[in-house]
Amino acid sequence: MATTYRTCPISGLQFENHAEKLMRWNAVAGVLWLLVGGITALLVILTRWPAIKLLPADQFYTILTAHGIDMLILWILFFEMAVLYFASSTLLRCRLATPKVAWLGFWLMVVGGIMTNVAIYQGSSSVMFTSYVPMQAAPHFYLGIILVAVGALLGTAVFFGTLVVARKDKTYTGSLPLVVFGALTAAIIATFTILAGAGILVPTFFWSVGLIKEIDAQLYRMVWWGLGHSSQQINVAAHVSIWYLIAAVVLGAKPLSEKVSRGAFLLYILFLQLASAHHLLSDPGMSAEWKVLNTSYFMYFAVMASMIHGFTVPGAVEAAQRRKGFTNGLFEWLRKAPWGNPVFSGMFISLVSFGFLGGISGVVLGTEQINMLMHNTFYVPGHFHTTVVTGTTLAFMAITYLLVPVLFRREMMFPKLCQIQPYLFGISMSILGLVMMGAGTLGVSRRHWDMAFSGAPFQYEWPGAAYLMMGLTGIFGVIAVIGGGLWIFLVVWSLLFGKKLDGGKVSDKPTPIPANPIAQAASHSGSNEHVNVPGTVVLAGLLFVCFVLYYFVNWKYLSEVWLLS
Amino acid sequence: MSAILPPSERLWWKQPIAGVEWAWIAIAFVWGMIMFGMMLYWHIYGKQNLSNEVYKTKPEMFAAKAEKFIAENTIRTEKGLNGEEIPVAKIPPGGDGYLIARLWNWHPILELEAGKEVKIHLSSMDYNHGFSLQPVNINIQVIPGYEHVVKMTPIKAGTYAIVCNEYCGIGHHAMLGRIYVK
Repeated sequence: MATTYRTCPISGLQFENHAEKLMRWNAVAGVLWLLVGGITALLVILTRWPAIKLLPADQFYTILTAHGIDMLILWILFFEMAVLYFASSTLLRCRLATPKVAWLGFWLMVVGGIMTNVAIYQGSSSVMFTSYVPMQAAPHFYLGIILVAVGALLGTAVFFGTLVVARKDKTYTGSLPLVVFGALTAAIIATFTILAGAGILVPTFFWSVGLIKEIDAQLYRMVWWGLGHSSQQINVAAHVSIWYLIAAVVLGAKPLSEKVSRGAFLLYILFLQLASAHHLLSDPGMSAEWKVLNTSYFMYFAVMASMIHGFTVPGAVEAAQRRKGFTNGLFEWLRKAPWGNPVFSGMFISLVSFGFLGGISGVVLGTEQINMLMHNTFYVPGHFHTTVVTGTTLAFMAITYLLVPVLFRREMMFPKLCQIQPYLFGISMSILGLVMMGAGTLGVSRRHWDMAFSGAPFQYEWPGAAYLMMGLTGIFGVIAVIGGGLWIFLVVWSLLFGKKLDGGKVSDKPTPIPANPIAQAASHSGSNEHVNVPGTVVLAGLLFVCFVLYYFVNWKYLSEVWLLS
Repeated sequence: MSAILPPSERLWWKQPIAGVEWAWIAIAFVWGMIMFGMMLYWHIYGKQNLSNEVYKTKPEMFAAKAEKFIAENTIRTEKGLNGEEIPVAKIPPGGDGYLIARLWNWHPILELEAGKEVKIHLSSMDYNHGFSLQPVNINIQVIPGYEHVVKMTPIKAGTYAIVCNEYCGIGHHAMLGRIYVK
């Protein structure tokens, strides 16, 4: 297929025509799902806020199911497709492989997403995101998710194909850029994830139409989490890549060590899937040996990988800033970082919140015995709102401030509001995660309509602190929804009414990435020169101390409950 | 040069890693090993480990065993919301007790003695349920088709609630059970 290449005058990035259109459509579809998911978020929050309790039980469970599907699958997957096309075609400056297949994937995802949502809003499929059998949803609930998964698999295949095109057309020399390598990690995990999803959802679909008689409830949980958790690992790989991308574009940061960062991505590929096991720690059907082996993600190699990125990303930022001359004291590099640029501030808040809140809580939650203190409590959504939301979603929001001018050729409107948005959303969502974890620590259940247990044969009164935490959840949840809504408003408004920007030179041929002559490499400031990063060492030390203290505090809690064996 | 361009050194894997990065990798690795070791340590010396004793079962088989337990061990009954009688079954110290999870109640009420170990058999008659003992805060998944035998030793007398914390449909929020510890 004939195509053209446009070189963006702002960024110097080169966009191939087909890839550019696909990125735009996928990104816009993602934003629309985020809008739907955001409305459901508000309804969920206002129902779980004990003082308001907006919806009746049946509607609450319907809306909660929609919230999970629309946010965790649809918003994130559509955006990730755009990220994959960007990381392959744009960063490698080549044509996109088989754009028709990519469009087929896109429309399958659109149709599947709508189909599943129709099933949910018809009210017959309030089975939650996890749809544990033997609770049954309407057949088109499962079919829709299967179509989305097939569409995503096609998109992933196009990504792999595009890497081959780039290599064949020699649009770059040497190894893949680190960000592309990270995206490749995400795509490899995605392939595994989608196959696991097919492995469970296809039989479940047959079961829902009566072709299969029974699906073992424990087996379902095990295979389903091969989809459910691994899909979150795609997000981790994707948003870590975006952290590196933003640090590179905004500050010109280079990785401290290509070897270390790539090695950490490799650890994700090798070990992250096993993390799925930590959803089954309080289940009857698995042995303690199986749980220990798997939840330690084979001895925490994947945790180690995240800790490495947690060091190398701020380290790369610090090194870049120090090269620019911000060398005073431990933290001048951080104080004088571009905090007024939402691309950077969003990325840095994402990094800190994901590390300190999402990361630490996730590892503690994933400890075999400690899991019994938190399993299915409000702690769990508290944890993942600081991974998938302040981690992934905030990173996607941050990169969008860059993509609107570069990809959509529109100037962002209301720059002051753009500056505020990452703080408003990132901080309120982080506090939301914390108070949710607080409520969960006190035992409050997730996916529960009424903490007063109306209609129950007995009474149980939660401690006052639990009600306080749930009230705070309501307040900060509403602020977070406002922060997210502000982002949607800013993006949509800018796309519709923002000042049109020059698209840049269009050519029939791609301009390859210039090869890096050895002489240039040697003279290039900083390529071999070592820069110390003492500020990052202090930050990493702080993370480690928090991690260790919180980890052992939970063992202390555990030691005080009833004896179990 | 930058994370969005190919590595400036073609042989990037031969570049040395700075000492501080090595140190951080080593810390992360050792910490992972400590966390791994903690789980094993707790299995040997800890007093809170989830039982591995599990049997495949069928709802009717489990219900029959539970009804037999209730018939033999009921010490009194309590009135439910609609005047129905809810049996209170006492598990003798060291003995076996059964707890049925079903839409939408925990059956029966159990009575235990503080400091005395009992075996509680857990299973579901229908969907997944969540055994969430409050205010102690112990949470165990209950899955249909699996009989989970959990040894528990209450440490303090009192009245405890069993909240269902796995979503099980429209009556989920009213699925509250009770355990007395004397």
